[in-house]
Amino acid sequence: MSFALRTRHSVLPGFGLALGFTVLYLSLIVLIPLSAAFIRTAGMSWEAFWRTVTAPRVLASFELSFGAAFIAALINAFFGLIVAWVLVRYRFAGKKLIDALVDLPFALPTAVAGIALTAVYSSKGWIGQYLEPNGVKVAFTPLGVVVALTFIGLPFVVRTVQPVLADLGRELEEAASVLGATRRQTFVRVILPAILPALITGFALAFARGVGEYGSVIFIAGNMPMKSEIAPLLIVTKLEQYDYAGATAIAVVMLVASFLLLFALNLLQWWARRRGGQDS
Amino acid sequence: MSSRYYSWIGALALVAATAAQADSTLLNASYDTTRELYRIFNTAFAKHWKTKTGETVALKQSHGGSGKQGRTVIDGLEADVVTLALAYDVNALAEHGNLIPKDWQKRLGHNSSPYTSTIVFLVRKGNPKAIRDWDDLVKSGTSVVTPNPKTSGGARWNYLAAWGYALKKFGNDEARARDFVGKLYANVPVLDSGARGSTVTFTERGIGDVLISWENEAFLALKELGPEKFEIIVPSISILAELPVAVVDKVVDKRGTRKLAEAYLRYLYSDEGQDIAGRNYYRPRDAKAAAKYAKTFPKVDLFTIDEVFGGWQKAQKLHFDDGGLFDRIYQAKK
Repeated sequence: MSFALRTRHSVLPGFGLALGFTVLYLSLIVLIPLSAAFIRTAGMSWEAFWRTVTAPRVLASFELSFGAAFIAALINAFFGLIVAWVLVRYRFAGKKLIDALVDLPFALPTAVAGIALTAVYSSKGWIGQYLEPNGVKVAFTPLGVVVALTFIGLPFVVRTVQPVLADLGRELEEAASVLGATRRQTFVRVILPAILPALITGFALAFARGVGEYGSVIFIAGNMPMKSEIAPLLIVTKLEQYDYAGATAIAVVMLVASFLLLFALNLLQWWARRRGGQDS
Repeated sequence: MSSRYYSWIGALALVAATAAQADSTLLNASYDTTRELYRIFNTAFAKHWKTKTGETVALKQSHGGSGKQGRTVIDGLEADVVTLALAYDVNALAEHGNLIPKDWQKRLGHNSSPYTSTIVFLVRKGNPKAIRDWDDLVKSGTSVVTPNPKTSGGARWNYLAAWGYALKKFGNDEARARDFVGKLYANVPVLDSGARGSTVTFTERGIGDVLISWENEAFLALKELGPEKFEIIVPSISILAELPVAVVDKVVDKRGTRKLAEAYLRYLYSDEGQDIAGRNYYRPRDAKAAAKYAKTFPKVDLFTIDEVFGGWQKAQKLHFDDGGLFDRIYQAKK
């Protein structure tokens, strides 16, 4: 029972008090606002709810929102890991600057990010003008959605993986190498298991952020029904018709789906941590 | 919905800053493209009110998408008056918020719309695609920019203007009108969420051959970005976009600002109010002001939403609600 052991040595005064505070805090900040969404849909009949959330346009938007967020999170997991690696393992001029740049997508108002990305990737933009003649359309397509979500999701992976990598220490790799492991073996057997839980967390955060993202996506998506409409946009269209119940119905589906996915990712992370032998 | 918070915070800050020296305050919840109009009108009204009553009044503005503004007021923003882009959003105050009586539109002259606008085309200088009328918008190879009618009030006017033209052209044959509008939207590469967004897409991003736009917005684009870059093309037929205003009864009765709010809206109908509207590219209702600005506004054959569509409630339900005709354009394509 590692659990009981830990609470005895905890800095916080008493497990009961700390847990009570946690539940209260989560309720105030998270659960109460979310329950409002559920209560507003409660006015709908089950059939109306089902019809709303399975309308072809709504399904297409779910596919886009979850699909694009997933792809963007995967891209970030890969390249974010490389960025974190470079920032932890090497020393070079301008490192502090690059380190600060990573946080920029966090700090930037999302609308600004969206407008900037659209300006760059539209057919007359800096990058768009070279891509479009080659048949790659980014702005106003689902690809544009992935680009925007990749942009805003990057810091999540870098910032979760970075501290773990920094803690890892070179000795581990040296030991592996002395014991005769190849570079590949060292990475797959030694480094990856250690950073995998953090990587999964980063992936989950980037994914969750991407699913709900509105501001940056709305400018670059083009908002074509059935093609490049994200689910949050459909929520706004419902509100525009004063259809509060319909809007919250979509929101509830997104909430439940996100929760289940995050829960599954948490389980995966827990499994990775045990396997990585860091069950602390 | 952070922009809503910002407008809240902005409104609160303004209240705090101005309440100290003003005798009374008035908040006008308006839509996106009226910023310039009300900046000038508010100054004029404050002066008028001061000479008439001796009171100093602090006038505050809140701007945003018309539908969003309507919802914000329903959700509790204490706007004394609303000046929105379509009667449907003011109706919502009666239907969903019980804030005003159902017959609000009869309370002021001209359907409670002191000024109007219409829908025109903005094209690139020299009009390279030779766009003259609605028919040119459905030709293949013409790229048309217009916002999403599901999220933008202005876009709904655009859509209805095209629909009204098609009905006239095809002698009220609805199937052919639907086909016409379907073809038009097949030429649209991007549906921005608001009218300003579409203007930016067309003018700054260089996308599209023609922007379907509010007349006042087209004039503003010309003024801001230069007449050497764009041209306004006026179609043969367009829609009379009535821009409604209303006192929010529940709010003014609670705040005791009814007299002021009613005077504010009435002043929009005065000589000066009408002149300010004309100067800011809104079509004035008053004959005198209309004559003065006759040169600015070309003559167009205008139809109203009541004539052709039987009013906003009907038009919204038939065309824009979920599963309506607009949705079917895109579902048919898939």
